Amino acid sequence: MTENPPPAGTPVLELRGVNKSFGPVHVLNDVDFAASAGEVTSLVGDNGAGKSTLVKCIGGIYPIDSGSYFFRGQRVSVSQPRDAAGLGIEIVYQDLALCDNLDIVQNMFLGRERRGRFGGLDEARMEKQAGETLAGLSVRTVKSLRQRVSSLSGGQRQTVAIAKAVLWNSSLVILDEPTAALGVAQTEQVLQLVRRLADRGLAVILISHNMNDVMKVSDRIVALYLGRVAADVRAKDVTVSDVVQMITTGSAPGAAAPVNGAATVEAPADASVVVAKGGAA
Amino acid sequence: MSLTKVETPAGPEPVAPAAGEKAAEPVGGPGLLDYGRDYVDRIRGGDMGALPAVLGLIALCVAFAILRSRFVSAINFANLFTQGAAVTVIAMGLVFVLLLGEIDLSAGFASGVCAAVMATLTAEHGQSWFVSVLAGIGTGVVIGLVLGFLVARVGIPSFVVTLAAFLAFQGAVLLIIGNGGNISIRDKTLVAISNKNLPPYGGWILFAVVVLGYGASQLQRSVGRRRGGLSADPLPVVAIRTGALAVLCGLAVYALNLERSRTAIVSLKGVPIVVPIILVLVVVWTNVLNRTSYGRHVYAVGGNAEAARRAGINVAAIRISCFVICSSMAAVGGIIAASRATSVDPNAGGSNTLLYAVGAAVIGGTSLFGGKGRIIDAVLGGAVVAVIDNGMGLMGYSAGVKFVVTGCVLALAASVDALSRKRAASTGRL
Repeated sequence: MTENPPPAGTPVLELRGVNKSFGPVHVLNDVDFAASAGEVTSLVGDNGAGKSTLVKCIGGIYPIDSGSYFFRGQRVSVSQPRDAAGLGIEIVYQDLALCDNLDIVQNMFLGRERRGRFGGLDEARMEKQAGETLAGLSVRTVKSLRQRVSSLSGGQRQTVAIAKAVLWNSSLVILDEPTAALGVAQTEQVLQLVRRLADRGLAVILISHNMNDVMKVSDRIVALYLGRVAADVRAKDVTVSDVVQMITTGSAPGAAAPVNGAATVEAPADASVVVAKGGAA
Repeated sequence: MSLTKVETPAGPEPVAPAAGEKAAEPVGGPGLLDYGRDYVDRIRGGDMGALPAVLGLIALCVAFAILRSRFVSAINFANLFTQGAAVTVIAMGLVFVLLLGEIDLSAGFASGVCAAVMATLTAEHGQSWFVSVLAGIGTGVVIGLVLGFLVARVGIPSFVVTLAAFLAFQGAVLLIIGNGGNISIRDKTLVAISNKNLPPYGGWILFAVVVLGYGASQLQRSVGRRRGGLSADPLPVVAIRTGALAVLCGLAVYALNLERSRTAIVSLKGVPIVVPIILVLVVVWTNVLNRTSYGRHVYAVGGNAEAARRAGINVAAIRISCFVICSSMAAVGGIIAASRATSVDPNAGGSNTLLYAVGAAVIGGTSLFGGKGRIIDAVLGGAVVAVIDNGMGLMGYSAGVKFVVTGCVLALAASVDALSRKRAASTGRL
């Protein structure tokens, strides 16, 4: 899974001791979280574990109550979405946030159009750049860049949404359930894309309920349980059932959980474990 | 659920087709045949564009020409332009509001208020035509700001806001003019807007500017894209389009330059002055919508306001600006209507004005659901409305029959809009 991670190990994003409450409800409790360049960090947990809240704190949608936020080793203050965007953090939301009535290029450059002479739009340059970005991600499934987004399949839309996030030289991309509504082949296509993002040196955070997806692309898995970090393990060290246990009981996998330790379990991707709870919700 | 990797693509789309596939697409773009096939595909998929309006216009013209030979006379042809101008201009403004998926029911009476302001200034306060027109349009801007603020910031549905404004503006016109009053316009420039014509050579200069300008912009776009290695419209298509425009405009200018005076004392010929006014507005607003990021953002807000917000677009500002454009275009429409009547009465902008304008935009192909529409739609739809109104007048039908028929045409156009949208959704085009 972790074939040549470029400058792996450098945490692009690091949160320490983050707390967040909504009134009396303590949603995040001393959460430590890090995402490194060249790695896919999966964030798993049952509904209500605090995944979305954590992501919204990272994205500046919710300000954190206490704790510290480090970006590339520098302590920063992120209190609104613009701050996060300024740092190069892009969030690809579950509901995609694409405009159906616009084409692929128009969507990718929405809000950040390139201008040409006389302040008009530089369509040719945008189309070329969009094409290059998609080609750089080895996306070959879209027929024309001038197709309206409404004519794309779910997988293609997700691809466009991800490519849009990559276009701006972002350093951290957060994907919220990117495969939730996709078929088998499309899921595979999006997962390959997720892997490619990390291989290009970006830090990727993947939120998913699907254990297959998580095991397939992750380098690290962070499990949240009732607002606390229940486990932070390397993906190759655990099996699907370990992860399910982390999610459902909040306990770190018994013997096989030395964080950053030596591999004890070989090739988890081959295990054919039936996950009943993983797909819930 | 097994963890085995899916290696072979099973879905309708290939995961990674052969690398050579991209090269299979010719660099020069699709040929003439491909272009035609694409067009047919688009229409079948529910993306009809201006086709219903153009077909409707042709059918109506043929029908009226057969029923009343007077319909094809030079004088009637010129009348169509002056009769349809005000509604067309108001419809252009409405396109902006409709693109957002909103509606402005007050545009008709807003045009009345602005015309009344202009008429009062010029007739009763002795201001020059320039100051009066500016004040009229300024009134439109203020009206748009208020409507836009109530919709975008306060959050009242545009239907309710503009329905309230509809009543209020009707009252405002009455207050400005006085019950039963009538302000007549005597300023030569203001009267000329809807009642004078360009000299015949002026018509041909206009023709040359329009055809050459259109051809040049199309050619520049096609060549520029080809040079950048992008797919472009084939040159024959560009030539055919420009040629068709040249033939149509040439015939129109020729017909408008015919003598249409019935007496030998005064000569009446040439392109009505409202024609260049409308052309300038079409070119300006089309460029704003298609070639600026502002226009792009208008479409984005109409398509998916949440996506637009997340892309960093100031959605409220876009909404307000569209209402401002709509109301100021209504002001221009009101001024054109006042010029045609050479007076402003308490019913200015009332009765069928608004319905005709909304009808024009929708008949032309602007969607009531937002996100889809063009400025030229307003012109095509305005032409359809003008032909119906004019033709039925020639047939001697009463105003009642005209209203019923226009109402039915609007309902028909809205049905075409809704059905093509349904069809587009089922074929995945929207």
